[in-house]
Amino acid sequence: MPADTAAREFRRQGRVVVVGASLAGLRAAETLREEGFTGSLTMIGDEPHDPYDRPPLSKQVLLGRTAADDTELPRRRRLDARWRLGVAATGLDLADRRVRLADGEEVEFDRLLIATGARARPWFRESEAALDGVFVLRTADDASRLDRKLAAGPRRVLVVGAGFTGSEIASACRERGLEVTVAERGPAPLVGALGGVVGAVAARLQREHGVDLRCGITVTSLEGDMAGRLRRAHLSDGTALDVDVAVIGLGAMRNTKWLAGSGLAAGPRGIACDAGCRAFDVHGIVTDDVFVAGDVARSPHPLFGYQFLSLEHWGNAVAQAEVAAHNMISSGLERRPHLWVPAFWSAQFGVNIKSVGVPPMGEEIVVTQGALGENRFVAAYGYQGRVIAAVAFDQARWIDFYRRLIESAAPFPPVFAGVDRRPEGARPVPADFPDPSLPTHGPTVTLSGYSPSERRLQFTPARA
Amino acid sequence: MAVPVAGDVEGTRVPVRLVVDLNRCEGYAQCAFLAPDVFTMHGEEALMYSPRAGQAQREQVIRAVAACPVQAITVDGADAEETRTDAR
Repeated sequence: MPADTAAREFRRQGRVVVVGASLAGLRAAETLREEGFTGSLTMIGDEPHDPYDRPPLSKQVLLGRTAADDTELPRRRRLDARWRLGVAATGLDLADRRVRLADGEEVEFDRLLIATGARARPWFRESEAALDGVFVLRTADDASRLDRKLAAGPRRVLVVGAGFTGSEIASACRERGLEVTVAERGPAPLVGALGGVVGAVAARLQREHGVDLRCGITVTSLEGDMAGRLRRAHLSDGTALDVDVAVIGLGAMRNTKWLAGSGLAAGPRGIACDAGCRAFDVHGIVTDDVFVAGDVARSPHPLFGYQFLSLEHWGNAVAQAEVAAHNMISSGLERRPHLWVPAFWSAQFGVNIKSVGVPPMGEEIVVTQGALGENRFVAAYGYQGRVIAAVAFDQARWIDFYRRLIESAAPFPPVFAGVDRRPEGARPVPADFPDPSLPTHGPTVTLSGYSPSERRLQFTPARA
Repeated sequence: MAVPVAGDVEGTRVPVRLVVDLNRCEGYAQCAFLAPDVFTMHGEEALMYSPRAGQAQREQVIRAVAACPVQAITVDGADAEETRTDAR
């Protein structure tokens, strides 16, 4: 059967299974139907909720303005799907094309989309993680519990890790009038994602808003009372802190455990796939009926030296899901590459932070508009003489312009005379990212590919 | 332009689910003028919104969707299911 006939037939009566019923899974399902897929569609999700949006959980929900169960995502259209929610996928049989579920059911597919996302990295010591008052923030249930706790008026909240989630939590706590201490292993908040120059601005913002920010510090243990309630945190500088609540913001872990032994190239860094969202198997051969999208995927991007990017970005989940869905029901030349330029936002301490490109690739940074000291600026990151990323504080309207500079490999430092260019920002300085081989709270962009000019990872074969 | 949203079908009127693509949002605040109960500015240009608008805000939200200069607001489509239970 010719390929396009097979694709037509699949479109009409194929069986698609989507594992992961969050943003990427939902948008993929909508795209399949929009593009004329009329076969059977099964949505599998381990959480018992309808697909919901996560960004509000660390903002509106923690401010007590929105209930955690009011963040359900709108549906662009009718899906006519069979939903299996509240039951996790536990295994994949590639040869027989089946997904195994926790309740014993096996679901057959012709094509599979894996969008299982990531989960919060828990506190490393299980007995301490179980203390009443120790939280993570990833799911609606997490947010609901934390919101209730914050509403009860704890004396002091400890946030462990000053990445985006940790910083937004600290911001919400201050807005609620709560005392908060932030402990960050690195030299500044957001340093893994935006580097030390912008990290210093984030640090100042936190302190100006009354956060007790402690950098270069780790939390070594959490101590509970007889009733199992959190009472105290011990820090690496030998001090102790009396706290009622600790929120662990140490990044996320990709949900790939269920794929162990499946034969797919799945591991702690996610599932490797090509730019068309097709998963690689363990031999590095691309599969033709297993697709990946969202936080769990890592795929090569020509704009960034064909490095494999793993992006924990809302926009990536949407864009990659749409490409994956399109490619699932298309053949040959109709297929599209996922060439989305990474972008994300954060709102914290009253400032709207936006980024485009891949800041951690940046060697140097130059403030192109505004001034760091005014908390209102745009800065561009340079890599090998071209613009590779930009970040804006309360200057969102410029981000699209910088995206086009990145897409066109515009020279760095930029040659244009930008609006509100200041003489003091004109000289590029080192972007000051921490050594990527050192553990951090988890940057939102992970570079894990090889380019001939550098080597950031060491290949360690698994031992039998 | 009126944008059809879930709840128009068969006279059933339910809360509207919405999401804003905040990568796209540039803080023009048209939504905050048109539907102040649902959208508010938080600081200079960060948008904060209620992901579920009540019946009373339906018309406002529909106007905000149409007025957004960067078309960043998505609401339930006219034929979207209200719950997942349609085709179990």
